[in-house]
Amino acid sequence: MSNGNDSELARERKCVLSILVQNQPGVLSHIAGMFAARGYNIDSLVVGRTEDAEFSRMVLVTKGNELTLEQIRKQLGKIVTVVKVRDLTEQDYIERDLMLIKIHCPPEHRGQIKEITDIFRGSIVDVGPNAVIIQLTGSEEKIEAFVELCRPYGIQQLARTGVIAVQRASQIENKLPRVRPLRRRTATLPMPLGMENTGFNPTPSPVRAEEEESPLPPS
Amino acid sequence: MATVPRKKSAPHPSPVAQPTPITHPHAQAVTKNGAQWVCDALVDLGVEVLYGYTGGAILPTFDVLADTPVKFVLTRHEQGAGHMADGYARASGKVGVCIATSGPGATNLVTALGTAYMDSIPVVAITGQVATAVVGNDAFQEADTTGITRPVTKYNVLVKDVKDLPRVIHEAFYIARTGRPGPVLVDLPKDVQVGKHTSSGVFDLNLPGYKPRVRGHTRQIELAAQAINAAQRPVLYVGGGVILSNAAEELRALAKRGNIPVTTTLMAMGAFDETDPLALHMLGMHGSAYANYAVQYSDLLIAVGARFDDRVTGKLESFAPFAKVIHIDIDPSSISKNVDVDIPVVGDAKAILEEMVPMIEHKPRAEWLSMIDQWKAKYPFTYNRQAGTVKPQFVVEQIYEATRGNAIIATGVGQHQMWAAQYYRWNRPRQMITSGGLGTMGFGLPAAIGAKMARPDQTVIDIDGDGSFLMTLAELSTAVEYEVPVKVVILNNSFQGMVRQWQELFYKKRYFATVMRNPDFAKVAEAFGVKGISANHKDQVRDAIEQMLAEPGPVVLDVHVDPAENVFPMVMAGKSLHEIEMGNVS
Ligand SMILES: Cc1ncc(C[n+]2csc(CCOP(=O)(O)OP(=O)(O)O)c2C)c(N)n1
Repeated sequence: MSNGNDSELARERKCVLSILVQNQPGVLSHIAGMFAARGYNIDSLVVGRTEDAEFSRMVLVTKGNELTLEQIRKQLGKIVTVVKVRDLTEQDYIERDLMLIKIHCPPEHRGQIKEITDIFRGSIVDVGPNAVIIQLTGSEEKIEAFVELCRPYGIQQLARTGVIAVQRASQIENKLPRVRPLRRRTATLPMPLGMENTGFNPTPSPVRAEEEESPLPPS
Repeated sequence: MATVPRKKSAPHPSPVAQPTPITHPHAQAVTKNGAQWVCDALVDLGVEVLYGYTGGAILPTFDVLADTPVKFVLTRHEQGAGHMADGYARASGKVGVCIATSGPGATNLVTALGTAYMDSIPVVAITGQVATAVVGNDAFQEADTTGITRPVTKYNVLVKDVKDLPRVIHEAFYIARTGRPGPVLVDLPKDVQVGKHTSSGVFDLNLPGYKPRVRGHTRQIELAAQAINAAQRPVLYVGGGVILSNAAEELRALAKRGNIPVTTTLMAMGAFDETDPLALHMLGMHGSAYANYAVQYSDLLIAVGARFDDRVTGKLESFAPFAKVIHIDIDPSSISKNVDVDIPVVGDAKAILEEMVPMIEHKPRAEWLSMIDQWKAKYPFTYNRQAGTVKPQFVVEQIYEATRGNAIIATGVGQHQMWAAQYYRWNRPRQMITSGGLGTMGFGLPAAIGAKMARPDQTVIDIDGDGSFLMTLAELSTAVEYEVPVKVVILNNSFQGMVRQWQELFYKKRYFATVMRNPDFAKVAEAFGVKGISANHKDQVRDAIEQMLAEPGPVVLDVHVDPAENVFPMVMAGKSLHEIEMGNVS
């Protein structure tokens, strides 16, 4: 059945999850294993210490439709060593990715490359006879834009830390949690036994309006 | 010397078992080795029986175990130990415990852990591990046990420091039995078992990420009650969660007060008394036609502790097409996973139903109940009672009559499991012990042994298939050694019947690799020191069952049943529940 619901349900988005975990061996493999076992993607994953030695924070970037993302959050929450899961993309947040990129750069290109680097507020951290290394921080989008500009010069090596992110200090307004349309269920049922002359309607119109949305269990 | 767990936050009332016993609140510091801390923790936690098998890496713990009051049962395979712990847990509601050595001992537990995991059964497994100094060196009998078992446990942990004992053991039991229960594995390197640790035994459970929710959200409970009161054609769809949370009383109160018909999943047989007129029996692929019709025509589906498994829902897009859905479950990840829920209530089924029942109004529902009665009259579970052959359904009915419906029944996996579910009439929770989620052949006998040890006052019968029984029959030795009088009835069709049925229906009757060339099971039983009985004719069946029940010790009754019999009704793969086929009765 093709309706607005189905395309809406299928639509994928990027999701940045901040996951506070107990600082214990096996946590990373548990999380990675859960993603692999259930067929979810991990676009990037960064693990680091927090202000408290007992806990680490993971920032995980994934992609999926709202149904999948809902399950990802819930399945993460079920892992005993996972203390807290927050979907940063539901709020205003700051993300940073750090890249080191080595570009083919004969002396005659140095000027151009320095100019692009300056525009992106990157810095040239090493120069060789035919190559430079540039360090750049920023959002994923900014870094990807920079990579595209460098491509014509010839990228020799590229390393990225993956995204780290935190919720903004100044939440202007709380964004509402994401909602998705309900998956529709429908069928044409035969008239049940003995109900032929009762005016019983075996196939009533759906109880739910099409635009109805899946409620999140309140906590 | 007892240990005293303290909780950092307010203790969560457990939905399934007693809180951890607190004894000797002013304990003095003592020095013990890891094995002693572990064994004393087991005693403090009230463990009555431990199922397991020895080996080098777990010897220090076995050496201490010998001196504890915990009864140890030496099984013949670690899988048997795991299933016995599981059967014990299912029959008693307590945590079942098993123990094995490193490497092959641990890998042999995997099937049993997976079985318990899929059915949310509280089991704690303790495994030996090579010494921490050589972990990761491919040492003799080393296996990455926590790595291998992570996907089949609710939680597992490699204890690297004896100082973490006995806390980790207490955490394991707490996690296993609370929230949505499940198996937990504790891996103990040999040096941790022999290492010394001085402690007063007072500690905090260190589980900041584990906060199972018990009470439901009051507003959601009210919304659910309103929807129930407003519904014309409600159906209660009840899963194993109701048994795990001991909520059968509350369920009964809800059904009776609201006059709501009840269907149960395979995991919930007996959660609602099947002899009650409101009972619709099992639903799903091999469920009753009347349960499946009721679900399809319902305008409100009240799911309690159930997870909308594909064997239950059939084709999802047309499952209960006109029903609003209420879902009561302790596991938020079950909610809206397969079917979108209109009114979710997260928490313990017992606590939620208790709160909800007083809000429910009594309704006559005359039209709805009469529709259901017509379906019940027209489409009962049925088979050819006139046949000259021994029909397997007939055997189950005879067992039901001979035990007056009061036995605990364990099963293997296959046709016999479905016939047991369909033709025994379950009247109380924890009466059917069966592997639902993983569908583990070989579960029946060891699970029956565990169940019988948990409930020695009850008759425990394993209704098994010839194929399933052969997988773990070595445990007959265990039953003999520990004098556990379990009864085994084999519905022997000389086939892996369920697979044969699929080959008949979907693979042009090419019966490849499903014919079983079996031993004489009665003789095999006798060789183990177990009473063996065979029955080949219809008129021998009842007498053989009576003889089996009269025998004080374990018995194997081998009944040669009609090999061509198929399980019906059946919802074929990809079909909707209302397209259920009744089959030919021949
Ligand atoms: C360990 C395991 N292996 C394979 C299967 C697949 N399987 C499901 S039912 C079945 C046949 C069961 O035969 P039997 O135990 O004789 O029971 P019947 O169906 O004949 O009653 C098989 C092979 C399984 N469920 N478990």
